[in-house]
Amino acid sequence: MRRLALILLLILCPLAAAAEDFEVSEIIFEHIGDSYEWHLWGAGERAVAIHLPVIVRSKTSGWHVFSSKHLEAGEEYEGFRISRESGKVVEIVDGQEVKPFDISITKNVLSLILSSILLAVLVLLAARWYRRHDVENEAPSGLAALLEPLVLMVHNMAKENIGEDYKRYSPFLCTAFFFILLNNFLGIVPFFPGGANLTGNIAVTMVLALCTFLTVNLFGTKHYYKEIFWPDVPAFLKPIMPVIEVFSALVKPISLTIRLFANMLAGHILILSLVCIIFIMYKFGPVLFGSMTVISVLFGLFMDLLECLVAFIQAYVFTMLSSIYIGLSREK
Amino acid sequence: MNLVTPDGGLLFWMTLIFLLLFFILARFGFPIITGMVEKRNRHIDESLRLAREAEERMNSLAKEQEKLLEDTRKEQTRILHEAAKTKEHIIAEAKTEASEEAAMLLAKAKTEIAAEKESALRDIRKEVALLSVDVAEKVMREKLSSDKEQVLYIDRLIDEFVTKQKRT
Repeated sequence: MRRLALILLLILCPLAAAAEDFEVSEIIFEHIGDSYEWHLWGAGERAVAIHLPVIVRSKTSGWHVFSSKHLEAGEEYEGFRISRESGKVVEIVDGQEVKPFDISITKNVLSLILSSILLAVLVLLAARWYRRHDVENEAPSGLAALLEPLVLMVHNMAKENIGEDYKRYSPFLCTAFFFILLNNFLGIVPFFPGGANLTGNIAVTMVLALCTFLTVNLFGTKHYYKEIFWPDVPAFLKPIMPVIEVFSALVKPISLTIRLFANMLAGHILILSLVCIIFIMYKFGPVLFGSMTVISVLFGLFMDLLECLVAFIQAYVFTMLSSIYIGLSREK
Repeated sequence: MNLVTPDGGLLFWMTLIFLLLFFILARFGFPIITGMVEKRNRHIDESLRLAREAEERMNSLAKEQEKLLEDTRKEQTRILHEAAKTKEHIIAEAKTEASEEAAMLLAKAKTEIAAEKESALRDIRKEVALLSVDVAEKVMREKLSSDKEQVLYIDRLIDEFVTKQKRT
């Protein structure tokens, strides 16, 4: 990690020297946000980046698919350009910026695809081990041995919290857990193919939480719905309780969304801020610059380790709460 | 880009990819792993149960064996004890028998000795009597060699006889 910070320092030092006014918030938001290109290294003219495809549908001219290379530095292409305000591709219609239907492969989408492929390959390889070996006579080895404790942890969590038909829900919980865990860890890795702030993106966590929400409410038992709409409470509370219960059912996925998103985002911002201290201190002379570099590297190392812990804890918490919510909806 | 507004494009891709990932993993991934692990757990439970049963059986066998050993030891001591008793008894019996026999032999010997002594005495007496008769004969012959003496002796014998008769 320290070496990584040093590499970062070496990469970004000329950038800091070049840019007299170092905009911390701009740098941080660029790292945690989404973009149409995957910036690898370098700055300005020498920047090296992967240009990702832009896929947009305009109301007037239909589908457009082109490389984001054409939109670099605010250039206009086929009537589209990247808005300075929102940072998104907009269509120019009569001098006005109009938002098209935008399903571009952005940095986050590419990261999502890569990590999903990686996860699928890992799990399918592990499953292949089980298919090809006699589990009753052989201890798992390699990938299977690595994944088994985690799979079992989630599986047992489902067993404890859901009860008899936990086997129906265990695959969902496992998928959610491994998806979050893998993307949390990839988010900490500072270079390609890691570094995308996927689990710190509200759209991603929202979809995950919505999956839990649907699982909970589509397969809820009669008892669960009775508890919401006609609970055993004194008569004067009967009209109020459904309101409260529906509200609480809606708040659950929101809390899941915000918890994961905010935790991962905060971790990324903290680490980036600690790295940025180095560049801010550059103009305060060699003594301050040197000492603060040491301090920020030490703190950065600490935060990276803490983030490794948080990456696991957040995946665990999301899965745990999902299993508890599902368990509540399966009560008889 | 705004941080708290979910982006439509990403929502679309995330839903698509996550559901795809879920269906792949829920079909070919996790159920196989968990199924196999549960199978193995059942196997382990079963093996443990069997091992416990075997252990119990072993324990009961060991107990039985111990009991058997204990019984044997008891039997052994009982037999030893009995043997010792019998031995003593036999020795005592032999002793009494021997002493009785000895006493009997002694008594027999005594009577025999007494009888021998008696017969010996009788023989000696007879011998002595014969001897004395012989001596008396020789003496008489010596004394009665002359007629005078013979007459004298006859007289004395008659006298003796007469006195004897008178006394009675």
